[in-house]
Amino acid sequence: MAHPLPKLPTGIGGFDDLSHGGLPRHRTTLLKGGPGSGKTVFALQCLVNAVRKRREPGIFVAFEESTPQIIANAGSFNWGLPALAKNKLFFLDAKLSPEVVRSGEFDLSGMLAILKAKKDEIGAQWIVFDGVDVLLTLLQNPIAEMREIYRIRDWLADNDVSAAIITAKIDGDGSAILNYGFMQFMVDCVIRFERRLEHGVALHRLEITKYRGSDFVAGEYPVSFGPSGMEVGAPEPAEIRHEASTERVSAGFERLDTMLGGGLFRGSSTLITGVPGTSKTTLAGKFAEAACRRGERTLFVSFDEGAEPIQRNLSSVGIHLKPHVKSGLLRMYSARTESIGAEDHLVKLKSLIREHRPRCMVIDPLSAIAKAGGMEAARAVANRLIYMVKDEKVTVVVTAINQGDDPQNEATELQISTIADTWLHLSYLIRSGERNRALTIIKSRGTWHSNQVRELVLGNTGPVLADVYTAGGEVLMGTLRWEKEGAERAKTLQRRAEFEHKRGELQTAEADTNARIKALQQDLARQRAELAAYSSENQARIVSSSDREAELRRIRSGDLARSSSSGNSGKRSRNGTRDAR
Amino acid sequence: MTVVVMRLYIANAAPNSVKAIANLEAICKQHLPGAFKLEIIDVLEFPKRALADGVLVTPHLSKLSPSPAAKIVGNLSDRSNVLHALGIKE
Repeated sequence: MAHPLPKLPTGIGGFDDLSHGGLPRHRTTLLKGGPGSGKTVFALQCLVNAVRKRREPGIFVAFEESTPQIIANAGSFNWGLPALAKNKLFFLDAKLSPEVVRSGEFDLSGMLAILKAKKDEIGAQWIVFDGVDVLLTLLQNPIAEMREIYRIRDWLADNDVSAAIITAKIDGDGSAILNYGFMQFMVDCVIRFERRLEHGVALHRLEITKYRGSDFVAGEYPVSFGPSGMEVGAPEPAEIRHEASTERVSAGFERLDTMLGGGLFRGSSTLITGVPGTSKTTLAGKFAEAACRRGERTLFVSFDEGAEPIQRNLSSVGIHLKPHVKSGLLRMYSARTESIGAEDHLVKLKSLIREHRPRCMVIDPLSAIAKAGGMEAARAVANRLIYMVKDEKVTVVVTAINQGDDPQNEATELQISTIADTWLHLSYLIRSGERNRALTIIKSRGTWHSNQVRELVLGNTGPVLADVYTAGGEVLMGTLRWEKEGAERAKTLQRRAEFEHKRGELQTAEADTNARIKALQQDLARQRAELAAYSSENQARIVSSSDREAELRRIRSGDLARSSSSGNSGKRSRNGTRDAR
Repeated sequence: MTVVVMRLYIANAAPNSVKAIANLEAICKQHLPGAFKLEIIDVLEFPKRALADGVLVTPHLSKLSPSPAAKIVGNLSDRSNVLHALGIKE
């Protein structure tokens, strides 16, 4: 295709993705579906968005409902329709009153002339024919019906409108009203709407069944209604583009952070699973409180339990959320899951995130949305919810109740465990007549984490992770842990006493040795002194004896000392000299 | 004899509009000789007037007086329907 088909964005969340850009420009789109399937809302929202976002006025031709009815029906949306209806949007009541008598054939040429006048007057670029089937059935003639549809088409072609939307009640595959087959052929784009009940909850779906000259995302997609109108649950783009932060935020308390290698990554998702009563909410509450203490905006979403009871229950274990709610940092939102469909919960949460702009978020329990109209829808919503939250770079903790103690049960149910970055599992260990809470980190992406099971103890100052003892390959908890701790304490005391005793002994021995060293040194000193004294006496004796010899020689007039020593050498020397000469 | 005041909205020379004029003229000639007042409005020429009068499809016949007022859509080929709506006894 040389030129891509020009399109007009509808501004309906998700739909422009499915249709790769919106509705075909200068062409006609048919919305078909049963009563209450959302055709009118879709058409009206297109007009409202065109006016509000692009200042393109529009005309809404209502064959089925009166203008006041339509405006009242759209009152739940924040479109400001009454104000728009005053100048930029023109509503034409084309509902034939019951008093009107029919006599013979009629046609739409008069009405189209009126519309042209109005269109030129307000410069309308969008036009909607809502409930055209109501008018056509009045014709009571299949050929006349076809003729009038072609008349509308020709009029649209001649009058250069940006986009035209025709809605008609054609149920399902359209086999009920065969005559409208040509209508689907005539238009360039066909969107099928459906409303069905699943587990007592109304679910809305739409599907693009035809788009001439353009590709589109095929398949049926969930439709939900929020304050800003309809939204289509378009599939997430296949490529995941979430920034990976290396910043850590506290998971709630220090020991848990230690187990997680320093806390949770900013913008990551954490899943806490466990059977009822394993204090999932407490952990989630602790996380929320820690976030508020850091001054971060936080959103706490609870399903099937009111915000007040949660605050009260958490305050009993030392988690105080009320002051943060009062300061506006923490927003608590509670909803009954069964009242509306899972899709509508998603829309509500989306608008809450937009409103409150949280950095941290808790959804407790996410598994509750499975009650809102079927597993399939809940699964899709849970996935999209987590992706959406991650897109907003919100650090999220979700809880999920699983039946039985096998965490894998949960995994097969909502399948959120595969997309969660961190997965904590809480369970009961029953031994020696006690139920004790155990915490395990099943996974934590991109970080070191403890592989040990810890005991979770709830005190009035909050949850605490207790050391665990492994004995014979088993983790000890509760009383067994207490006993073990007692035994450990006793052992330590004993060891300390033994040590003290030994130290005393050693100190005594050291002192003893020192004393002995001193005594020996004294001995040594005395002996040295003795030795010195003995040596000098001896010297004195030698000196005196030689003196006496000298005296004796002097008395005997002999040179004994010299002749006896140097006399010999003199003789030898003389002999030596004589030999040399 | 009371004069019946009527207004017929047509879409120029559209087949149904042409038929409606012929059918109405025939009815008036036969049942209301000299006792009717008919205004024919071409919606293509005066669309805003038609809009103000609440006319959508054409042809559209409005009986304004005597009361009760009546509205008839179609090319008026079903004569008994028209007579009944206009309050004329056959």
